[in-house]
Amino acid sequence: MATAVMTSLDTKSRSASRGMSDIRIRNLFIIPTILFLIVFNIFPLIYSLGYSFTDFRASSNAPANFVGLQNYRALLNDPFIWLNFAITAKYVIISVTGQVIVGFGTAMLLNRDIPLKGLLTTLLLLPMMLSMAVVGLFWKLLYDPSFGIINYTFGLGSFEWLSNPDMALYAVAITDIWMWSPFVMLLSLAGLSAVPKHLYEAAAIDRAGPFYTFFRITLPLVAPILMIAIIFRTMEAFKTFDLAYILTSQPTTEVISIRLYKMAFQEWQTGRSCALAYIVLIMVLAITNIYVKYLNKVKER
Amino acid sequence: MAHIELKGITKTFGNHTALKNLNIDIADGEFFVLLGQTGAGKTTTLRLIAGLEKPTAGQIFIDGQDVADWGAAERDVALVLQQYSLYPRYTVRENLEFPLKSRIRRVEQAEIKERVDRVAKTLRIEHLLDRKTDRLSGGEMQRVSIGRAIVRKPRVFLMDEPLSALDAKLREALRTELKNLQMNLGATFLFVTHDQIEAMSMGDKIGVLNNGQLVQMGTPQEIYRNPVNTFVARAVGSPPMNLIAGTLAGGEAVASEGYRLPFGYGHGIAMDGRPLTFGIRPEDLFLDSGAPGEARVHDVENHGVEKIVTLRTGEKFIHATVPAQTVLQIEDTVRFSWNPEKVVLFDSGSGVSLRHAG
Repeated sequence: MATAVMTSLDTKSRSASRGMSDIRIRNLFIIPTILFLIVFNIFPLIYSLGYSFTDFRASSNAPANFVGLQNYRALLNDPFIWLNFAITAKYVIISVTGQVIVGFGTAMLLNRDIPLKGLLTTLLLLPMMLSMAVVGLFWKLLYDPSFGIINYTFGLGSFEWLSNPDMALYAVAITDIWMWSPFVMLLSLAGLSAVPKHLYEAAAIDRAGPFYTFFRITLPLVAPILMIAIIFRTMEAFKTFDLAYILTSQPTTEVISIRLYKMAFQEWQTGRSCALAYIVLIMVLAITNIYVKYLNKVKER
Repeated sequence: MAHIELKGITKTFGNHTALKNLNIDIADGEFFVLLGQTGAGKTTTLRLIAGLEKPTAGQIFIDGQDVADWGAAERDVALVLQQYSLYPRYTVRENLEFPLKSRIRRVEQAEIKERVDRVAKTLRIEHLLDRKTDRLSGGEMQRVSIGRAIVRKPRVFLMDEPLSALDAKLREALRTELKNLQMNLGATFLFVTHDQIEAMSMGDKIGVLNNGQLVQMGTPQEIYRNPVNTFVARAVGSPPMNLIAGTLAGGEAVASEGYRLPFGYGHGIAMDGRPLTFGIRPEDLFLDSGAPGEARVHDVENHGVEKIVTLRTGEKFIHATVPAQTVLQIEDTVRFSWNPEKVVLFDSGSGVSLRHAG
């Protein structure tokens, strides 16, 4: 099947003159990637599945004992783990909703003839290109209660963003929204500019108002690509670690991956943390599957 | 229903002038056809009337009101585009309901249903109502698109080459349907096309557009019989009008290729020796063994009811329609003449008809 898709090599090309066949070139590109995936992804995945059924601790020399489903049972009965999940869910909902609103809104603003549109779009994409750790450190300074520019600008005095347990999660989400809205904006912009102009003209002739046009024409046509953006952002938000970890250490911002990190590398409960990782994996898979099903439904319509 | 008037409309896009000082008057309930080649400014004219573009200069009146500041919605026109512009992801019924469901015009649910059903019946698309628009053929899509225009009872129908993407049979069928529809609704239609057959068969009035300028406006008969210049003469009619270069001499037309055809006096407008172009429709040429002109048969097209013969006179070709039973062989030598009363004289320099130039 794969070979059927590939076009055959031009007989005059350099590769052909070196005597490389299509299949050899294909292997040259594919084999390193597959090896990489096996060594760094597939192998650890399977290996950790094995560990998740043991009481293995990477910090000790004690041999790993098989404990069956004990780890899973303990984790799923642990109210603190459920609290971590609840925090994660709250975080995902706030940050993804925020990103969709801000990103899609910016895309709507940019989807018209304005001067310097290209430059403006590129500039708006910058946050997305920064490193998570850098963004975290920057925003920590911005949020600072005594000299942070946010409090200064909004005249909030010494409002505590990160050390206030009720506010910290929102602060992390705001940073995430700032960083990843451009991603949603980029995909939405692609979707918006693909809506044929004559449909809007037809709607104007049909005397449809702006809201009616938006909900009946724009949104249905952009929905599939917007769904893809939402899938990506949900998955990413679900496994957020760096931003939350760098910005604050409040218990109210302990999302599931921070819990996982602590369990694995501070408490050295390697076996149990493997089990938790698997629970997270299954959850992400389940959520993504629901989205993909919905995406297909949206596409079919 | 409405009366439309364009006064001195000019439209430029950057350096390109799409329309130059256009004046058109479309009477209430008239089927007006704008005929012109690609890039002549036909679509621009429609878009200006629809309110999708603003004119650079000039005024547009609908029922005597200047609509310069009116948006597309306020003008209450319907526009059928070449690319159909059906709303994707919706069924045919939802597409037809769309113009009735916007908030500007509130229509009762029962009435929406009744009107959609009636339109579907008129256009014979009842069986398609629950189908998604991407599962329709070109002809069906165009019917839906026309349906979406008529469901709303607009003041004016604007149609931008709605039939040109369809195959010949369907085009013919829809042509008749559209004409009937227009007569039943008594609506004002502005129909844009590059197809002179569509223009001739459907229009109450035709406007011929060339390079953004209105060349001639009149009934199909007038335009066909009495074209204002050689451009219109070639643009309307199939095969087009024959244009023969020559002069007048002693009551005869002398073609530049030497043959002489009877002309007679009494036209009074052209003097002997002035370089002219003689315009004659193929059906006003006839073959006769005693006729003055001589030519060879270059090609014969049999159209069933008649034959179209291409005659070679020296270097030039002229077309003549002859009865189907005429027996002709290619390369036969034939003699031909014309009906002098049907000849249109054009100035050979400017191409303007002498009748129109006065």
